[in-house]
Parts: sequence; structure tokens; C-alpha cells
Amino acid sequence: MKLSRIFFALVFGLLLAFTNTANAGGGNEGEGVDVEGIAFHHIADANVYNWNPWITMPLPCFLYNKDTGKWSTFLSSKFHFVGHHGDGSEIVKGYVLNAGSVMKIKNPTPEMMEGHMSIAGDHGHDSHDGHAHHLFSSELKTVDGKEKEVSYFEKDGQKFYLEDKTAWDFGVFGGEFTSFYDFSITKNVFSMFLVCLFMILVFLRITKMYKTNEGKAPSGVQGFFEPMIVFIQDEVAKPFLGKKWKQFLPFLLTIFFFILGLNLFGQVPFLGGSNVSGSLSVTLVLAVAAFLVVNISGNAHYWGHIVWMPGVPAWLKIAILTPVEIIGVFIKPITLMLRLFANITAGHMVMIIFVSLIFIARDAAGDGIAWLTSVGSIALTMFMMAIELLVAFIQAFVFTILTAAYLNASTEESHDHDHSDSHEHAAAH
Amino acid sequence: MGSLAGIGMGLAVIGAGIGIGNIGAKAMEAIARQPEAVGDIRANMILTAALVEGAALIAIVMAFLVG
Repeated sequence: MKLSRIFFALVFGLLLAFTNTANAGGGNEGEGVDVEGIAFHHIADANVYNWNPWITMPLPCFLYNKDTGKWSTFLSSKFHFVGHHGDGSEIVKGYVLNAGSVMKIKNPTPEMMEGHMSIAGDHGHDSHDGHAHHLFSSELKTVDGKEKEVSYFEKDGQKFYLEDKTAWDFGVFGGEFTSFYDFSITKNVFSMFLVCLFMILVFLRITKMYKTNEGKAPSGVQGFFEPMIVFIQDEVAKPFLGKKWKQFLPFLLTIFFFILGLNLFGQVPFLGGSNVSGSLSVTLVLAVAAFLVVNISGNAHYWGHIVWMPGVPAWLKIAILTPVEIIGVFIKPITLMLRLFANITAGHMVMIIFVSLIFIARDAAGDGIAWLTSVGSIALTMFMMAIELLVAFIQAFVFTILTAAYLNASTEESHDHDHSDSHEHAAAH
Repeated sequence: MGSLAGIGMGLAVIGAGIGIGNIGAKAMEAIARQPEAVGDIRANMILTAALVEGAALIAIVMAFLVG
């Protein structure tokens, strides 16, 4: 009984490991595995959706060219997928598909802007395994005095450079902005739609069950979700929000279940591991929502303590307190954003790197050692998956409870000072 | 440049590690003293740990961006 379970777990883990790295570790014979590349490719958004390893699903692209003012709308299968990397062998209207994401050619010929054409010419189509050759390469180039890695492809002896993706920092720290707007339904957007649809169906059903089941014990899905809903209500909303808990409970529950659903969906094996809640733009929107709710419902007491803290000398307020408090208003949502992003992204990365250990061992010491490593690596990966399951809940909970704590600080009525001191101190951070 | 950023990240994580370790230790003590308050203590422990983590996260992201 026990042995068979361990055996099953190992077989399952092996399968998992190889499907996850089928698109990564298999290629590059003789070159060694580019773990950093694999990890970053794994957490990145994409314009194709790989339900590893069987299905490659094309997604619709909606691209707006800022320079020409032209919209391009097509399915990403028009790029003609090659191999598992998410590369496309076709150029469509000046765009190419490099490692899953649409990129624009910096110096396209006029023919490239019209219709579509093949990158590799005649010999491009016969290598469907995707390992035999690489469509895209990269080289170090000096741009504005800084060395940067720039991707390019060669066609008819000429090098065509690709624009960088829009950077994490939106260009603040020297990253680049693309010269086109990408409104595509990407892998992340598609996963988010799936999770939202699932949530809507489940919660509509639960609401209906509460109506028909009134006065009776909960059953089915209702019974599964009720502990979580009651947990948020009793552990988060009521202690933090006092009398106003009913007003903010829907918001807190929405945030909690949205984040939880996305976190868990990203961890389901074979579904492509979409890193939705580990994408900065998603957590940014969540943080902005929290920021707006907190500050719009903020009362005079809250704003008074930020702008003109009572009981402190005026020079101290102007010199330190007010600036710090105003920065604090923005730091709170920023940490919300970063915390969720970093935790989920780190989880995805650790997992793929543990799996990559097998291929690092293969490159260093050959196949025999790689098989040995795979046992340890899979055990580690499965351990991490268990931890990440916990993290999925904890991060959803932390986001919710912190939002509630900030709401508490902003909606609290003023009361006797000797009593409120310690209370405020806890909520002010 | 990359290695410098790495050292910075490591330093930030040391701070957060000490902080979260203290929180965990004290929470365990508190639970041992008053096992009936375990729910409250756990919720507050996670909340405080998240606040400590926030500072380290900012440092790590800055290290990423600058490095």
C-alpha cells in the first residue's frame, strides 16, 4: 500500500518533470542548459498557450502600432509555431513570435510589413522538432553607453533586430517601452478569464444554495466554501473593521477568492502553469483597487493624522512626519503589489529550477547521474509544491488581512487618546 | 554589477530572516503559554511577518532593478 503510493508519486513526478522541461531542457545538445532562460521563460506571459505537452493553443493578438496608427488582429497561429519554445517561423505585418511573446522588428523591410512571410526561407518548415536550429539569437550590443542583450534573426544574410519587451519597471530604471501596444488575450488573460468564469459559476451556485438551504446544514460546494467565507468574516472583517464589517466584507471576499483562485490555478500541473498572480500588472491592479478603497473611505480623522498629526511640534511635522506619512500612503499599496508578485513568482521559479537540476547534472556528469539526481530533484519539487499550496492560501490571506488593516486605519473614528495610542500604533504601518 | 546586487539582496534577506524568526519564536512561546488563543496569535503572526517581509521585498526588487 505504502510502497505503491511512493511509486505512484515518483512516476507522476517524473512525468511532471519531463513535461515541464520538454520545452526547455531537451534542446541545445552540447551547449548546456540555460537555466536562467528557462526560469524566466516559465514565469513570463505568452501569446500562445501550451497545455504541456500535448496542446498548443493559439490566442488572439490585438496589436496597435503607435507609429502607423494601424491595428493588426489575428490569431497567433499565423506565426506558425515551431517546436515547444513558442517560436514562430513566420513574420506577420512586421511582428514575430519569439519565445512565446509577440515582438516587433526594429528595421523591417517594406515587404515584412505587408501580409506574412517565412523567416527561414525554404528550409524553415521541415524542422518541426524545433531543436535542429534556432530562429532567434541574441547578441550584446552597446545602446546609449550600456551593454544590452538584443535579440535578432537573420534572413537573406541581413540581421533584423527585435524590440525589447516592455520592462518590469515600465522604463523607470532604464528598461524599454515597446513601440506598439499589445492588447492581446495572452496566456495570463486567458487563464484569468477561466478562473473568473469558474468563480462566477461556483459562487452563483453557492448563493442559490444559501437561499434553498436556508436553516439547513450546508451541503456540497457550499459546505466546501463556507469555512473560508466564515474565516474571512470572523478573522479578518469583524476584528479589523468593527461595526463597518458588513460594508467591506464583499470587497475582502472578492480579493481573497480572486487571488486564491489564480494562485491555485497556476499550480495545477499540465495546465501551462500560468503565473497570473505573479505578474506585476495583475498585482498592480489589485493594489490600486485596495488603494482606492482605503483612501476613498478614509475619514477626516485618518487624513488629519496624515497631514497634521495632533500633539506633535509643528517643525517636526513639516520636517519629518507629514512627508513620511504621505509616502506611507503610497508605500502600503506598493508593498501589497510586490509581496504577492514576488512570492508567487519565486514559487514558480524555484519549482522550475529544481526540475532543471536534473538537466544541469546531465550536462555536468552524464545520463547516469542525471537519473540519480532526478529522484532527489522530484522529491524536492513535490515538497516545494506542498509548500506552495500553503503559500497560495497564505498570500491570499495576507493580501486580504493587510487591506483590512489599512481599512481599519482609514475608517476608524477618533476616540479617547490614551486608549487609541497603542491601537493606532499597530495599524499605522 | 550583478554580484553586487546579489549581495544587497542577501543582506536584505538576513534582516527579514532575523525579524521573521523572532516573530515565529515569540508566537510559538505565546501559543505554548496560551494554547486557547492560537487562532488570534496565528493571524497576528502572519500579519506581522508580512509587514517585515514588505521591507525586504522592496530591497530585493530594488536590487533586481538596479543590478
